[in-house]
Parts: sequence; C-alpha cells; structure tokens
Amino acid sequence: MPVWNPEYETMPRESLAELQLRRLQSTVAWVYERIPFYREELDRRGVKPRDIRSLDDVRLLPLTDKTALRDTYPYGMFAVPLEQVVRVHSSSGTTGKPIVVGYTKGDLNTWSELTARIASAAGVTAADRVQMAFLYGMFTGGWGMHYGIERLGATVFPAGSGNTERQLMMMQDFGTTALVCTPSYALYIAEVAEKAGIDIHSLPLRLGLFGGEPSGEGMRAEIERRLGIIATDNYGLSEVMGPGVSGECEHQCGLHMAEDHFLFEVVHPETGETLPEGEEGELIITTLTKEAFPVLRYRTHDLTVIDASPCVCGRTLARMRKVRARTDDMLIIRGVNVFPSQIEDALFQIEGIEPHYVIIVDREGAMDDLEVRIEVAGEIFSDVMADMVAFTKRVAERIHSVIGLHAKVTLVEPGTIERTVGKARHVIDKRQAL
Amino acid sequence: MPDPVLQVRDLEAGYGHVSVLRGVSLDVAAGEIVTIIGSNGAGKSTLMKAITGFLHLTGGTVTLDGRAITGTAPEKLVRRGLALVPEGRMLFGPMSVAENLALGAHTRTSATEIAQDLERVQALFPVLAERAAQPAATLSGGEQQMLAIGRALMSRPHVLLLDEPSLGLAPKVIADIFGVLDGLRAEGLGILLVEQDANLALKHADRGYVMRTGHVVLTGTAEELANNDDVRLIYLGAWHGNE
Repeated sequence: MPVWNPEYETMPRESLAELQLRRLQSTVAWVYERIPFYREELDRRGVKPRDIRSLDDVRLLPLTDKTALRDTYPYGMFAVPLEQVVRVHSSSGTTGKPIVVGYTKGDLNTWSELTARIASAAGVTAADRVQMAFLYGMFTGGWGMHYGIERLGATVFPAGSGNTERQLMMMQDFGTTALVCTPSYALYIAEVAEKAGIDIHSLPLRLGLFGGEPSGEGMRAEIERRLGIIATDNYGLSEVMGPGVSGECEHQCGLHMAEDHFLFEVVHPETGETLPEGEEGELIITTLTKEAFPVLRYRTHDLTVIDASPCVCGRTLARMRKVRARTDDMLIIRGVNVFPSQIEDALFQIEGIEPHYVIIVDREGAMDDLEVRIEVAGEIFSDVMADMVAFTKRVAERIHSVIGLHAKVTLVEPGTIERTVGKARHVIDKRQAL
Repeated sequence: MPDPVLQVRDLEAGYGHVSVLRGVSLDVAAGEIVTIIGSNGAGKSTLMKAITGFLHLTGGTVTLDGRAITGTAPEKLVRRGLALVPEGRMLFGPMSVAENLALGAHTRTSATEIAQDLERVQALFPVLAERAAQPAATLSGGEQQMLAIGRALMSRPHVLLLDEPSLGLAPKVIADIFGVLDGLRAEGLGILLVEQDANLALKHADRGYVMRTGHVVLTGTAEELANNDDVRLIYLGAWHGNE
C-alpha cells in the first residue's frame, strides 16, 4: 500500500531522532510557558526547558496521569486561549467528569495528516468508498478518521454508529469498500447480516479499519473470515490526539507509530522505570507538535512492546504490538492478576465459541467468584447432557491453563449477550459496588 | 575560498568528564557569514566557548589570521581580533550604554581610533547614541542585543562570533540586527553565527555546518543546506506556530 508521506514515514531513524529532539525541546518550552501545571511540575524538579539536551532527558519530565487532566477540567491544560481553539472533544467520561481536549487549526491539520497515513497504510486509496460506522459527537474516533480519509481523497459516508440494518443497506446500495468502526461492532454487523440473509462476501467491501478498543488476533481472524475483508488495527486516545497515533500496514505486524509527532516510551507500570526496547510495559506518550493540548509523558495504561526493526513495507517508524490489555483493566481475582484479554484469547482457541462473551466477577463471602458467560454456535447445543458438560469442562480447563484459576463457565445461546455499537463491555465486576 | 581568518581543526572539549565536542573542524573567511545549526545540546555554545578560550580544550587547534591561538586566554584573543557576543548578552546592567561600549575598547590605546569606532557603532545602531547615558539594564531586549554587538565591535575584531542573537527578540528587531550583520560582512568582517532559528540563519549565511551530538554531520553553502532533505525536514520545519 502506498506510503502517504514518505519523507517522514521512511525517514532514516537517526534523522528522526534529531527531529524528535528538536520538537521535544520546542514542546517543553511551549508547555513551560503556557501551562501552569507543567511549569509547577518542572520547577519542583528543578528542570528548565534548556535542560532537555537529548531524547533520554525526557526522563527528567513528569509523568502525566488522567487525574491531572480531570483536576484541571475543563480547560486547565489548554496551552492556547480558547480563541485559538477551533475544535473541542471529550472522552466518554464513564466515571465522573470527562476529559476535555482542544485543537488549533494547526492541530487539526496534523491530525488529518496522521489519520490519512493510517488509512493509506490500511490500504485505502482515493478510489475507495468508506463507511464510518464510528460514533461521532464528542468522541474523537469518528471525526479524526473522517478528516484523514477525506484528505486522502476517498469518498466518506459518515453513517455514525448504530442502526445496523441501515448500515447494511448503505453497504449494499452505496457500494461500501471499507468499513471503519470498533472490532466488536464489525462482528455485530456480520451477525446481523447473516441473520438477514445478506451475503457480505458478495459485496465490494474489502477493507476494515478498526480501533477504539483492544482486540486480539482471534478476533481479527473471525472478522476477516466473516466479513471477507483485510482487517487492520489502529490506535489512538483523545488525551494525546485521537486516532492516528499508530496503525497497522498491510503486513499486520504491529502498529507503525507516528514518531515524528509523538515520542513513545515503555515503562514499568508500577515503578515508572523506562524499559528497553522489546520489553512489555505501559506505553507513555509525549506529544511533539500539539499546540492546544500538548501532554508530557502521558500514561496510557495500555500494555505493549515496541519494535524498531525495519518493516517490509519500507516505513522506518517503529511498531507497537496490538494493545491487548490495559494496566487498569487488570482484575485481581483471588489474588491472581488476570487480564480479560487472556480469557478472550483462550476462548478464541476453541471451535464453536462465538466471539461474544462477558466476564463476571463477584464476591461470595470472602471469596471471589469468576464466571465466564459465552455464546456458542447453535450446533454445539446438544440434547445429550453429557456432551454439554464435557464441552463446558473443556472451556473451563482451557481458561484454567491460561490464567490458573477455575472459572464457572456458562453457555448461552447466540445473540443473548448484549451487543454494543461502540466499545464492547466484556467485564462486569460486581465487587466494585461493595 | 580565500584563506580563512578563523580555522578550527579537530576541536575537542567538554565539562569535567563529559566530552561535548568530539572533533569539530570549521573555517570562517573574511567577508562571510558562517552559521552553525543544531539542536540545543548539540555543542554549539560549547564550541563558541572553546574557540574564544573560555573552555579548556582536550584536543585540536584554533588558528586566527594564520597564527595558532589554541589555549590563549580570552582577553588576549580579543586583542588579536576575536570577539564574542555571548548568549544572554552579559552586559554590565548598572553601567551606562556608553560605559559598556567603552569597555569593549579596553584592549585598545588610540583614543582617536576608539572615538571613530564609537561613531561607527552609533551609526549602525542609532539607539545606542540616543540612550548613551541610560543604564544598560533599562534597555529593551533588542536594544541590549544591539549594545552587546556594539560592544564587541568596539574591539575592532577580524572575526565576530555571535551566540543566539535572535533569542527572544521581536521579528522587526531581528530584521534590524541581521541587516547590520549583512552590512558588516560586506565590509569584510568574518562572522560565525550560532542561531536556533535555522530559517533565519540560512537566509543570511553564506555557508553553514550542521552539528549533532558534538560532531559536524553536514556542511555546505547556505543554499545547499536549505535544500538538503534532512535540514529541511528537521531544522526548517514549523511547529508550535512560533518557528
């Protein structure tokens, strides 16, 4: 697939490092002058912008956590007056106040450039017809991809999320060739199509660009098989920009990171210590060119591994492994650390299991209870009780072998687990209510 | 190229055990502006200090007008014709503009010549005549930069070194100062310019060197550098609306 901006995407890594240093120096000076929070944090550490003399000096800077962005709600972390802000987005804010982010004209220009890159890497060309089944509104996902795909010259259908029948009608009538949404919604679209007797494989749909929630290779394979498309993953978060931070090329071997606009680090999630390339840890992002809402060393809570080795596609931008887990969605069950993604991966290895599941954690007395409720294909349901018991046991053993805990496995009929048009909810932790 | 007035060969220097310059070579001829481009931390300011004798060299040579000046004390270098306009200007704030200018000529003896040079400096920067009696500290940033350059010129240098002269100044003032530098070049002065604004530097310079972590990684005419992909993408790009 064509490289959208070869000058930057295939820049020699040595030149890229110098560019990052220049931009980092510029960013630190920018936030020091303009954001009281960062000025105080730097002053407390006795660090002046001039002290940033190499990329390693990023470690002199404070880590920024979500709480800092919440405490300064709504505009406290803006580096420019609102008159210079042309767009405001906010996070979903499932708990408490949302995080509010702003963009200057320059920021929107950068953002469109970066999502155009993502779309191009995923295989979208000016000839494509792209259906945006992403939430618009205050969420960054829809808008970010929208502008990049327009910049690339493809035709955009801003369908928004939901109303799946209508999505399918558009796909058939408008000749959609690429779909942009969350991976769980893509599967739901496939399911609705199958039920309605629509043969998606006969439609011109050929590409899927997925983001907004973590998903694994099992999920990808399932999507590719059922929709008959090439599925690529892209990554971003509102706090640093939105989609466009990184995205896969056609080789599906990790997400190329926009290192000319962001500085990426991987740190130990508990100690904050910088980890060498190739080790798994929490992804930390410093914006290098953002004007309205720059962040220093933002804690994404996403766990990944960075690989800077050359990619077949020719891009020199390093790749991050598909995010499968977040430090803050780690469950501690009976003292054992469990990531929902581990359970998902275990489930995808078993024939006959539908990609819809929910993990329910509860507490009975002092004891944590783990239940995994999964949809299974109709043919699995058997009149022979012993077959059902054996299948359930097999699933439980599979989960046990991965997480080391016994889970109660409940099989449910297809279509009984709640579907979402946005980010799927796979975990219900009832203990939190206690 | 004519014989260089300033010749730097394989210069090595640093602070304590930290080596900052790792073998830097460059030339400045009479009547040319030579610029050094690089990030903060590349060693540009250290190079200026090393050339002007403020820093002990661990290797390499510096030649001025064909004579070795390696290891010569800063005040003697001024007498030989090497003047530095340091970053942050380093003026004597409580002293008047006139007194600061007079200090620039402290190495010289001929009162007539000093008077001629004062007249010349005041012609270049009329504001220094207008504010002759004012304490230097009361000048604006741009005026202070003019005073720092004026003071350096009072030593009648063959080579003028400037460290970040545009830092923190308004575009109009920067244009005035660089206009004066262009004029000085035309009169035959050799100018070595460290400047964080690479666009500005390459617009006024004849030649340039790109420094990265204590090395010169690229050299060429200003035009060659401005058209070089690396320079264009890394040093001439605009971001944060202010560069």
